[in-house]
Amino acid sequence: MNRKKRFPLTRVVLGLVIAFFYIPIIYTIIFSFNSSRSLTHFSGFSLRWYEKMFSSSPTMNAIWMTFIVAILATVISTFIGTITVIGLSKCGKPLRRAVSFANDLPMMNPDIVTAISLLMFFATLEVSKGFLTLLLAHIAFCTPYVMLSITPRLRLLDPNLADAALDLGANPWQALWHAIIPQLSPGIIAGALIAFTMSFDDFVISYFVTGNGVQNISILVYTMSKRVNPSINAISTLVVVIITIGLILVNIIPRIRDRAMRGVKKEDAV
Amino acid sequence: MKQFRSMAYPYVIWIAGMILLPMLLIVAYAFTVEGTAFFQGQFTLTNFGRFFSDAVFVQVLLRSLRIAILTTIACIILGYPAAYAISRAGVRSNLLILIITLPTWINMLVRTYAWVGILQDDGILNSLLGLIGLGPFQFMYTDFAVTLGMVYNFLPFMILEIHTSLSKMDPSYLEAASDLGANKTQAFLKVTLPLSIPGIISGITLVFLPAVSSFFIPKLLGGGQYVLIGNVIESQFLTSGNWSFGSALSLIMAIIIMLSMFFTRRLDNNREE
Repeated sequence: MNRKKRFPLTRVVLGLVIAFFYIPIIYTIIFSFNSSRSLTHFSGFSLRWYEKMFSSSPTMNAIWMTFIVAILATVISTFIGTITVIGLSKCGKPLRRAVSFANDLPMMNPDIVTAISLLMFFATLEVSKGFLTLLLAHIAFCTPYVMLSITPRLRLLDPNLADAALDLGANPWQALWHAIIPQLSPGIIAGALIAFTMSFDDFVISYFVTGNGVQNISILVYTMSKRVNPSINAISTLVVVIITIGLILVNIIPRIRDRAMRGVKKEDAV
Repeated sequence: MKQFRSMAYPYVIWIAGMILLPMLLIVAYAFTVEGTAFFQGQFTLTNFGRFFSDAVFVQVLLRSLRIAILTTIACIILGYPAAYAISRAGVRSNLLILIITLPTWINMLVRTYAWVGILQDDGILNSLLGLIGLGPFQFMYTDFAVTLGMVYNFLPFMILEIHTSLSKMDPSYLEAASDLGANKTQAFLKVTLPLSIPGIISGITLVFLPAVSSFFIPKLLGGGQYVLIGNVIESQFLTSGNWSFGSALSLIMAIIIMLSMFFTRRLDNNREE
């Protein structure tokens, strides 16, 4: 009876689900150190797939491309998203409704629909597929998410804040930079984070809008996966490590900053 | 502060160019014949006729729907108990949510590829089943592998949605139910389950939509011969270059998705009335 209470069926399912989520990831990491080509039999420890990855220029180019596009798309979409949300808050309701309707389109539609729409758009304008189209597409699908994460913070904003800054002699741009933006910063940071991971992980849209040899990690894995290729395990492990480090930093930095801020406040009090 | 207004205008222009115009192109291409430029205004239903008169395409659509429905059902069956256990875990539930969310941050393609080794004929799953005297089975290139890949990718969304609705529930409702003489099963069926329906509904939305349109999961785990509607759209654009037919297909898919969302929401509203 006691045993049954401690391990009800729901907990067993939860345990199995967690195992289900993590076993393939662990499997990939283990087989990235396999000395043979096999994906099913581990024949000994080796770093040959990592050597192969670091010496293969398409792989290294894809990794750099993923970072460059993700960083540029994050910076640009966060900037556009922030100024647009602030600007829209001073605009009329019809315009706000129209913008939110348009933003919903790429978020509600399957990725493949957004992907083909952009493919045809770039082709109609005769822009050749490559870095520029990839970056523009990433900015297009990241910005709605950035705006979605900033808008709730703006609603919390005291409408008198900007006026107070103006009364104290700030010009409108100073009020924006020193009074409004800092209040929005938690939403801006969360939005930037979402944008970065969306861009870093994207496959479907990138696959349709890129060309001329410009590849990101996802496209590389997709084209390599057509044959059994253990290099993919090494690339996958690298992605897992990068994302895990990123998540740890994101979770730890605010805590360290909070602690530092508290330290400063204590000194002020003294 | 009126001067800030102008900061919204660049994005309005951006939206018109990068979101609305491309979406309109899909509609424009879907209703024109391949080869004739759509701006000549030759309206036609040929693309839709071709789809519905060809048994192969209709079967592909039905298979996509079947796999997506199977995936959604599997996600509810696995996701509900898991979400329930998380919401009952007290202080540990935040940690559990983090554990469930973590894999979703890792590239879907990378996570799907991880199954290729596990599901091989001589893979670890067959070795384990061999220990208890079963198999070996062929997992790769089957409906099972594709459905598994989809459940693997989309189950976290279902768990998170159900957990959100369960954690919003006021625990005093359950106390009230037991005060009124309900046993645990009755309290669950009459109180907890109905209150978590909205979570299940939004979970269905988040699972069904990507499952219907996915094309790399069937390609990786189903093999080159395994075709879902997403694969047909992909080949129309990237191999055969028939944009008109591809646009018509994605329009059909988008309409089916919208209809299914509409009816799922209706189900929820009817229940409330």
